[in-house]
Amino acid sequence: MASLGELERAVMDLLWAGQEAATANTLRDLLAQSTHPQDGTAGHVGKDLAVTTVLTVLSRLERKGLVERERGTRPHRYQAVSSRADHTAELMHEVLGSAPDREAVLARFIGSVTDNEAETLRKLLGRN
Amino acid sequence: MFWTSYFLAVLAIALAWPVPILLSRAQWPARSPFTAMLLWQAIALAGGLSMIGAMLVYGLEPIGDSLLSGLRALAGMVFNNAPTTDLGFWHIFALSAAALLTAHLVFTLLLTYYKIQRQRRRHRELLDLLASPSSDGPGTMVLNVDSPVAYCLPGGARSVTVLSDGLMAALEPDELRAVLIHENAHLSQRHHLLLWAFAAWRQALPWLPTTRLAQESVNSLIEMLADDVALKTESKATLIKAIAIVASGSPATPAARLAFGEPGLSDVDSSQPGATGGTGSAGTTASRVSRLLSPRPPLSEPLRAVVLACCVLLLAVPTALLLVPGLLG
Repeated sequence: MASLGELERAVMDLLWAGQEAATANTLRDLLAQSTHPQDGTAGHVGKDLAVTTVLTVLSRLERKGLVERERGTRPHRYQAVSSRADHTAELMHEVLGSAPDREAVLARFIGSVTDNEAETLRKLLGRN
Repeated sequence: MFWTSYFLAVLAIALAWPVPILLSRAQWPARSPFTAMLLWQAIALAGGLSMIGAMLVYGLEPIGDSLLSGLRALAGMVFNNAPTTDLGFWHIFALSAAALLTAHLVFTLLLTYYKIQRQRRRHRELLDLLASPSSDGPGTMVLNVDSPVAYCLPGGARSVTVLSDGLMAALEPDELRAVLIHENAHLSQRHHLLLWAFAAWRQALPWLPTTRLAQESVNSLIEMLADDVALKTESKATLIKAIAIVASGSPATPAARLAFGEPGLSDVDSSQPGATGGTGSAGTTASRVSRLLSPRPPLSEPLRAVVLACCVLLLAVPTALLLVPGLLG
């Protein structure tokens, strides 16, 4: 049985890959068919999965602001709030951005390098 | 009491302006980054203490011979409606300012903590969905990004070091190891606590030269400390090569800027080196490399002892002046 974290990941992968909003039932069926990325065994996350579990996962994702629900229809249809690329860009914005209040969130191997500094670096390395 | 407040005020001004400027220009911190880090912490703590202490002591002067008796008398006025006729306008003004500054500092510290934690949690949530675990161990994740990026995200037991695909492709195994050791050193030495404290210090008093200089110096010093850890197992040449490769293919290149749709941010940085705002790390990379290329011996034992003695005095003197009655007239 997959952990909630793995299920969240699997559900997001499906929503990011799919074009249209999907119901919990559809997602459950897709999860049951999904194959393991490494050994190819079927249903590694979704075998014997209850729809209520999928709904739990979806509501967790909704609370995190990653998934939104179409209110008008029954059963509810879910879709990703933004694409995988947008979320990656959001992460990178946080990593690469250099606002002072962001510097304490994470520590980068190399901070932003200014043109002047790149020049100094080239000189330093050239000398060796 | 009067001389105490006078002395504390002078100390506060010295620690807010000339002392940090001198320290930030000094060359020796690169030789003994750990000692320099202690000194910055002592300067920040002693600065805050003497700022608040000076106002407090001045305001309490008419109603007590020492800080404690003064505070007792003040508590009597506040809670038991004792007559306040002893306090003049400026005394009450100084006491209010001391109370406000204390509240402001504590509040900013907590607010900064909350903001950092929230941002880290969000970042971690996205990483769990986007990044894949690495073969290097449970604390390492790989993100599908082309530019070479490495960073660590502190979070107690869930701390994680993140590497990009671009970084893995650009670096040799030993260089990659140097990067990993460097990032793990940040985590194991708890550098995020220093970053938090000095970020809050700057957030609280952004117009004070000391807060900006302290944050920039601390950002630089933690990189040097982490480099020193990496040097214990990896060669100097390896680390320098890793730094050079990551720096040259780094985020500031136009391609990466376009790829992540944030024009302007890095443009400003590169066109105005030394501009305020995003330059906390400016100069850090160059000084790291020059420190590795032409290493200088660490400070001698006696000099380090002198600096440590300064740290102790910086904290002990204001504390003693505040607590021991009658030290200075």
